[in-house]
Amino acid sequence: MSDRLCETVHKPQEWRTMNVIVCVKQIPDPANPGALDASSNTLKREGKLILDESDSYGVEMALQLVDAAGGGEVSLVSMAPNSETAGLRTALAMGAAKAVLVSDPALQGSDALTTAKILAAAIQRLGGADLIIAATESSDGYTGTVPEQIAEVLGLPSVTFAKKVSIEGGVLKADRQTEEGYDEVTCPLPALISVTAGVVEPRYPSFKGIMAAKSKPVDEVTAADLGVTPVGWAGAGQQISNVAQAEARAAGEVIEDDGETFGKIVTFLEGLKVI
Amino acid sequence: MGISNIWVFAQVANGAPTSGSLELVTKARTLGGSVSVWVAGDGAVVAGALGEYGASKVFAVDYGQNLAGVSVASAMKATIDGGESPDLIMFPQSYEGRDVMARLSVKLGRTVLTNSVDIEAVGDSVAATTPIFGGNTLVTTTFTGGAPYLAAFRPKSFNPEASGGAAATVQAVSVPDLGATGTAKIIAVHVEETTGPKLDEANVVVSGGRGLGESTNYAMIETLAKLLKGAPGASRAIVDAGWVPYSYQVGQTGKVVKPSVYIACGISGATQHMVGMKGSKNIIAINKDKEAPIFGIADLGIVGDVHKVLPKLIEALQGR
Repeated sequence: MSDRLCETVHKPQEWRTMNVIVCVKQIPDPANPGALDASSNTLKREGKLILDESDSYGVEMALQLVDAAGGGEVSLVSMAPNSETAGLRTALAMGAAKAVLVSDPALQGSDALTTAKILAAAIQRLGGADLIIAATESSDGYTGTVPEQIAEVLGLPSVTFAKKVSIEGGVLKADRQTEEGYDEVTCPLPALISVTAGVVEPRYPSFKGIMAAKSKPVDEVTAADLGVTPVGWAGAGQQISNVAQAEARAAGEVIEDDGETFGKIVTFLEGLKVI
Repeated sequence: MGISNIWVFAQVANGAPTSGSLELVTKARTLGGSVSVWVAGDGAVVAGALGEYGASKVFAVDYGQNLAGVSVASAMKATIDGGESPDLIMFPQSYEGRDVMARLSVKLGRTVLTNSVDIEAVGDSVAATTPIFGGNTLVTTTFTGGAPYLAAFRPKSFNPEASGGAAATVQAVSVPDLGATGTAKIIAVHVEETTGPKLDEANVVVSGGRGLGESTNYAMIETLAKLLKGAPGASRAIVDAGWVPYSYQVGQTGKVVKPSVYIACGISGATQHMVGMKGSKNIIAINKDKEAPIFGIADLGIVGDVHKVLPKLIEALQGR
């Protein structure tokens, strides 16, 4: 009781609602080998798509921040071919309220910059948010620039590669990964963050959540609806000029351990003059 | 004509350019024309080293408490608006490198090519090569739009080689008014201390994965690494699980390592991991599952339990 009283006295501004938009990507199941479309040389993205596991951390983080703020809503934006919603439903089942899905054949092969413009426009269609969350990079394309590009398109401050995030008194505090360690960063809202995997433990959707997700609103739009002109891959100023097989690394000797194989390792290391 | 003016975004650690930055300067030099280097922070301390690798000019951006990414990108944009015309801007595929590149890409309306491992001049353009599908396929992409072309490179894509040039001249570039984008501020810097050789520079790397079972067993990895004067590493799975800090992670989203010997213990070999270590000269793998993909690239594969093999190996090495 006394703790609660203390909080109310010292941080009254925290009792506001918090709206968060999470950028999510629906990708082919990473368990299946990827392939390139022979005619366009872009990644084949047909068949069932799933929620990129990297994005489940952002969804979880958003749900926790809204909870901590005492109210608000988590919305999703996604760009995917063929009106694909399977991955979005997973995030809705976790607890997100609604989604904007941009699905448009003209966007096939879009580069990272076009993708950022599309997602920024989808965010604006939702009326913006206090905080926008993305993963640091997708698990299939892994360009790793889209979140920061979205921030620049929207004119927002950003904290990328955040491994710890909290909001105190309407100000974001984050530990941002660096080459040598991490930086503590503060940032007023609205802002954009990209979060590393492991920043929080994503919840599993409950049965109730999965059932509820089926009827949550998904607003499907085209590039034209968003006022963005799709340029495709070539229009973005790049052209694939060659696709080649990399030199394969051959497997060596594989032996079953019989309790003595450590000796093999010692001999191998000796041969390399490491020991 | 051709590529005559190249910019490289370099990173500085402990008062010296990182080896990844020197790799890019070296490569830029071979593409022809002049090479100028951008650094976030003090330019004077690195002007000598960068000149030795072929840079003629250093643009230094004092970013204060702002984040380096948005600061350097804005300074670059202002410099281009002021009349400079780089044909190509090269970035390391690092945290700061990606941030600078992403902000600049929007400011200039230019596409980006990332994760590249090679680049060549093609007439007035450049073609960058990127490995996909865990490195099995190499895709070469040529820029067809207007310059400057923006490309980011994975660490260890090129060999740094000094050319013996004179110290670069230093030009300070101030950060333009960043408006709302400049409201994120760094309030504290933390450097994670590590003992022994650095993960991405060590001659031997011993990495542990989920097969270790529980976090306390990671001590075996550290012991073995120490015995071999190497560095301990980790798969993403155990970093995500919180067993070891992120700085230990080897893989696509971690460090790229190319040691003489890489020992993978209890690591199955997800694509995400293999991308970061398949360039190792020799690979030893210990894993219970004989179907584990790691055995496909290992020079010596032991199908066995790490809890049985590692203690015996450690004992044998300690007895030497």
